[in-house]
Amino acid sequence: MYDTIIIGAGMSGLAAGIRLAYYDQKVCILERHTTIGGLNSFYRLNGRDYDVGLHAVTNFTPKGTKKGPLARLLRQLRFKWDDFSLSEQVESSIAFPGVNLKFSNEMDLLRSEIASCFPDQVDPFERLLGKIVEYDDLNQEIYEQSTREVLDEIFTEPLLVEMLLCPLMWYGNAREDDMDFGQFCIMFRSIFLEGFARPFKGVRLILKNLVRRFRSLGGELLLRKGVSQIKLDEGRAVGVVLDNGDEIEGRNILSSVGRVETDRLCLGSGASQVAKAGQLSFVETISILDRQPRDLGHEQTIVFYNDSNKFHWRRPVDEMCDVRTGVICSPNNFRYSPDDGDLADGVIRITALADYHRWGNLDEDDYRLAKIKWSDQVTAAAIKFMPDYRRFVIDSDMFTPNTIRRFTWHDNGAVYGAPEKILDGSTDWQNLYLCGTDQGYVGIVGSIMSGLTIANRYCLAP
Amino acid sequence: MTPGEIRTAVLDILEGIAQDDDLGQLDDSVAFREQLELDSMDFLDIVMELRKRYRVQIPEEDYPKLESMGSTVEYLTPLMADISA
Repeated sequence: MYDTIIIGAGMSGLAAGIRLAYYDQKVCILERHTTIGGLNSFYRLNGRDYDVGLHAVTNFTPKGTKKGPLARLLRQLRFKWDDFSLSEQVESSIAFPGVNLKFSNEMDLLRSEIASCFPDQVDPFERLLGKIVEYDDLNQEIYEQSTREVLDEIFTEPLLVEMLLCPLMWYGNAREDDMDFGQFCIMFRSIFLEGFARPFKGVRLILKNLVRRFRSLGGELLLRKGVSQIKLDEGRAVGVVLDNGDEIEGRNILSSVGRVETDRLCLGSGASQVAKAGQLSFVETISILDRQPRDLGHEQTIVFYNDSNKFHWRRPVDEMCDVRTGVICSPNNFRYSPDDGDLADGVIRITALADYHRWGNLDEDDYRLAKIKWSDQVTAAAIKFMPDYRRFVIDSDMFTPNTIRRFTWHDNGAVYGAPEKILDGSTDWQNLYLCGTDQGYVGIVGSIMSGLTIANRYCLAP
Repeated sequence: MTPGEIRTAVLDILEGIAQDDDLGQLDDSVAFREQLELDSMDFLDIVMELRKRYRVQIPEEDYPKLESMGSTVEYLTPLMADISA
């Protein structure tokens, strides 16, 4: 009998596990995949390490900052700021045809870029900042307001609205076309007011710290242990059944597998539930270069690009991928300490929208061919916004919606989960709570906060 | 435990929570919230750490008494008098 069973060894599950084990609970984390991390994981291919999710840790605040989610999660997990070894980004940009807005971890850069590209939108932008600072987390009604309606009231320049939405939707919007205003505020703070950073060793450093801490506190982490059913008794969750038929009992269950997916574990499969699942999935082509990206003139950390004045945030309907918009990330372009130096390889990662259903239905040969074809198309679209690096590629791989499904178990390989979030983590059953993506926080810092918040609220409150 | 020992015990808890802060300059009469910017989650942590380490139960209505180091030590002194350091 466990005090708490946690389904999923991603950031939120591990963080919740640390918190509970620290306060002497008997905790077990069950992970179906062969490795930890969920969306933010890593894999090894041809002797090289590849990150799956992480482009950058958002919510960066410098050492010594006491406010904000990063400082708060360090206190909650009893880590030092240095344990995450975060190095700040160099500079990023939002690139639309003919207009380029640069931004960094200093808000004044974006401010001055807006002043020079959209001089008559300076006051509206300040009004938006005021609204974002005021925004109160966790109020479900305000959270669900339409961001497009709010922005259309503030700004008179539609192009700026599209440009502001582009990075924030890319980094955390599960809804098609529009975005919950709450999610917009959270993402705006985490990206524009706080900022990007990355550990030199990538996401594995954060994961290793979390796992080591969890285990040292007596927590049990079981890999290759998928949960096939959550056992219910008179409206309360009492345990889980594993894929191999074993049963485990627990007083509380935290599920990070998603809202729809958790319902299905309770109720069994039913077609009606799948409709509520998220639709947005990605491909990402990862190229290893024979030189550092800056040696070919690419010094930006992340570029969010869009090839027209209108930003389309939808599952592709006619093709396997939509290459009109994308994200170019170079993990090399962070301000690593002189002791670390440069990453051994130059790396360019390009992300594009993809349709899970088309990718999921391919046989093995077609899947391999599709990866090659779309890797080429995604790259061809991206090099309109950065130097052509194709001659310098020495190795490459592509992850697809199938990969995301394998790591997250989200229906449709939905990167950011279901469009409707449950901010208080509650479910229809007692003792069963959601953490992770579908509780509403995204990103590495967000998902860790999600695990902490839900563990505190339901499993630790005295 | 004497008030001095209790202060050391609370300081140890705070050092665990706010690992990057230098608590050497902590002013016992100023609120933790102001000096260390602790939030409600952190206060809950102080309560839970006291329970975990010393089996001291603090009812929710008494949380405001943990406002500063001074008020915390004063509040805990009778509760922890019989605990050996």
